[in-house]
Amino acid sequence: MSTRISWDQVRHVANLARLALADDEVAGLADDLGVILDHAQDVAALDLEGIPPTAHPIPLENVLRPDEVRPSLDRAEVLAAAPEAEDGRFRVPRIMGDAP
Amino acid sequence: MTATSTAVGIAGAVRSGERSARSVVEEHLAVIAARDAELHACNHVMVDDALATADAVDAAVARGEDAGPLAGVPVVLKDNLCTRGVPTTCSSRILDGWRPPYTATVVERLLLAGGIPVAKANLDEFAMGSSTENSAFGPTRNPHDTSRVPGGSSGGSAAAVAAGYAPLALGSDTGGSIRQPAALCGVVGVKPTYGRVSRFGLVAFASSLDQIGPLATTVDDAALLLEAIWGPDAMDSTAIPSQPEALGGDTDIAGMRIGIVEELTDVEGIAPEVKAAVERAAAGLDAAGARVERVSVPSCAYGLSAYYLIAPAEASSNLARYDGVRYGLRVDAADVAEMNAKTRDAGFGAEVKRRIMLGTYALSAGYYDAYYGQAQKVRTLIIRDFAQAYERFDVLLSPTSPTEAFPLGAKTADPLAMYLSDVCTIPTNLAGHSAMSVPFGTGAEGLPVGVQVLAPAQGESVMFRVARAVEGIVA
Repeated sequence: MSTRISWDQVRHVANLARLALADDEVAGLADDLGVILDHAQDVAALDLEGIPPTAHPIPLENVLRPDEVRPSLDRAEVLAAAPEAEDGRFRVPRIMGDAP
Repeated sequence: MTATSTAVGIAGAVRSGERSARSVVEEHLAVIAARDAELHACNHVMVDDALATADAVDAAVARGEDAGPLAGVPVVLKDNLCTRGVPTTCSSRILDGWRPPYTATVVERLLLAGGIPVAKANLDEFAMGSSTENSAFGPTRNPHDTSRVPGGSSGGSAAAVAAGYAPLALGSDTGGSIRQPAALCGVVGVKPTYGRVSRFGLVAFASSLDQIGPLATTVDDAALLLEAIWGPDAMDSTAIPSQPEALGGDTDIAGMRIGIVEELTDVEGIAPEVKAAVERAAAGLDAAGARVERVSVPSCAYGLSAYYLIAPAEASSNLARYDGVRYGLRVDAADVAEMNAKTRDAGFGAEVKRRIMLGTYALSAGYYDAYYGQAQKVRTLIIRDFAQAYERFDVLLSPTSPTEAFPLGAKTADPLAMYLSDVCTIPTNLAGHSAMSVPFGTGAEGLPVGVQVLAPAQGESVMFRVARAVEGIVA
């Protein structure tokens, strides 16, 4: 295997992806990502100088519509699906600073 | 298929009042009740909703109204299509118990056409997989041999149609997730042109690749469902704004030019019987008056690698929304960042985490150009190479899957071996084109084999014509 991914790299990417991985998951993913990225070397190694990238397969223009008030999702129905809601809003744990 | 078991046959009988939609739905619900403990193709059976919808169709017929082209036809929905008030899980713990506050456009349209949703079908979690073994609720089994997988990720939809739960199902196809399970279960599966079918209400996996399409027992039934769901949609700005041309019922392929794609037929690990099936189909098409030749589409050889960079990259972005705030699972923690990370670790399965990690890595600083950027350029090459092939050929031909259905557990420990199941179907998604799988006999192990018919963007009409011809050839 020529592509080696360290456990520290896995932990860094997991932090970017907001995944609280257990240690055994870190070890497994280091191996798996190495194998998959190794397979991807055929693409990484191609000389594609001057070839434009394609982000989207079909040429599309932005679609605009008049900015008119229309019915939207029912707020009570949406909040009913939330893990926690209060006063018509989503409730989350502390975002910054120390607990009061 | 007898006329009374196809969607075309059922709709005709219900529209004329010869059969009631209720009796049709009750018959199919009985099949689900008899077989699903063994097959586990369904996450949720919509018994009450289905019977109420059937009664509404019967009432419309009794009033002398047009009950629609799908009148009384049971349809199974992949469980990544939102259905208001009905559980929609994507076979993930993170959405277990969620009931969407809105309904997908395709589901609204099939209801308008008189179709009757009867169940939500099992899938690989968030449609990531090729065997339906990545479901948080357990695998689906292949109705032809219950020790084997049905393919994936729309394995529940394909197994449901093969087992007679419904003559029609909807799936989604990001790299082959409709066509590969259709092939492994011996049914027809269609990946329409990107944008031809609205994605509104389809839970997003890889937004530049995802497309909803039909599974059916016959090519004509697949056409009936596709024509009911496709067309522009104000709720999806990536939907093609023009009205599609009707598919028609042509079977004549005289003078048509058909190319067998070398890079998708001489692939690593292909079963000799699968390759032989494509050759027999080609010979049959040739005998029917088509001109069949081999063609090289060189960059297809890089499709798999490019896909497993692009799709995970898009998935890592799309799945950021599962953060324990607005819906689904939450694992409590002292602050919000820890809550997000713990929720996502507990809620996602191993394959979903693998793809999120792969995608985040491929997009991260220092690696973006080498991986994601290169893959996007390969996508350009694939589009160019297909365009050249379509200058010489009306449609292309290949296997759908390199092998017959494999045993449960055979590939779960080796992600790369699992990914190779999609090697023949992936290039179509990268190009945004249309392709479909048509059952064509059985392989060495007596299990179904599928032949893939590929067509350019918005080439559905010619693709269905060739598919009908393949269907008519005795395998």
